[in-house]
Amino acid sequence: MSDTKQVLLEPVIDRNPITLQVLGVCSALAVTTQMIPSLIMGLAVIAVLTASNAAVSLIRNHMPGNIRIIIQMVIIASLVILVDQFLKAFAYDVSKQLSVFVGLIITNCIVLGRAEAFASSNPVGPSILDGIGHALGYAGVLLVVAFFRELFGSGKLFGITILPLSTDGGWYVPNGLLLLAPSAFFIIGLLIWAIRTWKPAQVEKTEYRISVVHRTEAL
Amino acid sequence: MPDAGGTESRGLFARLASLPNDSVAKMVLVTIVLSLVCSVLVSSAAVFLKPLQDRNVEMARKARILEVAGLMEPGKDIDELFKAVDVRLVDLDTGEFTDVLDPEEYNQQVAARDPELSEPIPPWEDIAGISRRAKYAPVYLVEQDGEIQKVILPVHGYGLWSTMYGFLALSGDADTVEGLTFYQHAETPGLGGEIENPNWLAKWTGKRVYGPEGDVKLSVIKGQVDPQSEDAKWSIDGISGATLTAQGVSRMVHYWLGEQGFGLFLERLKKEEAA
Repeated sequence: MSDTKQVLLEPVIDRNPITLQVLGVCSALAVTTQMIPSLIMGLAVIAVLTASNAAVSLIRNHMPGNIRIIIQMVIIASLVILVDQFLKAFAYDVSKQLSVFVGLIITNCIVLGRAEAFASSNPVGPSILDGIGHALGYAGVLLVVAFFRELFGSGKLFGITILPLSTDGGWYVPNGLLLLAPSAFFIIGLLIWAIRTWKPAQVEKTEYRISVVHRTEAL
Repeated sequence: MPDAGGTESRGLFARLASLPNDSVAKMVLVTIVLSLVCSVLVSSAAVFLKPLQDRNVEMARKARILEVAGLMEPGKDIDELFKAVDVRLVDLDTGEFTDVLDPEEYNQQVAARDPELSEPIPPWEDIAGISRRAKYAPVYLVEQDGEIQKVILPVHGYGLWSTMYGFLALSGDADTVEGLTFYQHAETPGLGGEIENPNWLAKWTGKRVYGPEGDVKLSVIKGQVDPQSEDAKWSIDGISGATLTAQGVSRMVHYWLGEQGFGLFLERLKKEEAA
């Protein structure tokens, strides 16, 4: 795999920010009850992460070390406000559904994490690719989680009925748990399990081992 | 010295940019330039997108009015549907329609802050917790063959954390509730936020407002309404975990349907209905 391709594609599955690094889970729990808000949220994070990586990388040679985190936060916060304003102007209904979670992209660890770990020490081109890659990884997980939650929680996908609900005369009895935040934990957990079974390289080394202490040893 | 000439020709910006990154001057410079760029970006986006955003808010408000009036048809143009609704301005002190201001342009929220267009509410009368009341309020009428079918009243009151803004729809008899909806509030999601729950709002439809003595009796009670009880037609189920928000909703309804609010207007409407 060439370098550019690696920078772009590695974070999608191999180094996925949610399933491997377990970052940005808060918003992944909150907005994934339906596909459309998840898609918009994913696009918003793609826009913010790409632009923030580009901006941070652009000024990386003039960034005073003492205040670099503040500078990165100012850039990220401004970009998030921009995205929020655009959503309110062009996708009002979805922006109402996403409510505070667009604003909370500012505190999404993935964004500041990539600015600090990659963009502040790499040229603009790779930084942009790195941003897109990580945001795609995030958006992908959001969509997978939303797929299960919307399909089995309300029998719909993108708002279109797939499984007719018994309350509307169909046959499907929806699983109410999937509309609540904990279900996203379960789905993300199962997803991490599935990916690590497929790619055992992602499994962390055991940090400690529980050993059986014999009575004689304890004495 | 040859060096000095070279530095000057590089210009001010390049010289500043070549300062060591951790010097105080560079730090201040970077901060100022970055803040300037960011604030220009953010404020210009806010200014240029404002008309579009305002229009969205306005459309959402109209959609809510149509919903509560039962006129909403998915997929149809909201402006087109809204033509069935007649917007009039009511002088709350007399209960009469008034033409002093254009009802389409009138904004009750803004007027309530304008000392010329509003008055402070004495604390003992301010059960809704809104402190000022605009002199005029818009009402939305749905008419058929010259008879008023539905009246939609804008209402607002303080819940637990926030002022809740909504619409209350009454039938032409000015007593039966057609529906209630909220379009702006900041109550706790999942608790007080349940005032937006369609299942709970549906419980309002068909309830009555005024008791036998002409007082506002419609209230959210604690717990479930007993259908056998005498007061059932004036009572709404409470929301568990949201007692204070529900009380706020009750007080809001009492204020706006009482004499301080639309009471006089509704009384006049009732008389016309009877005549």
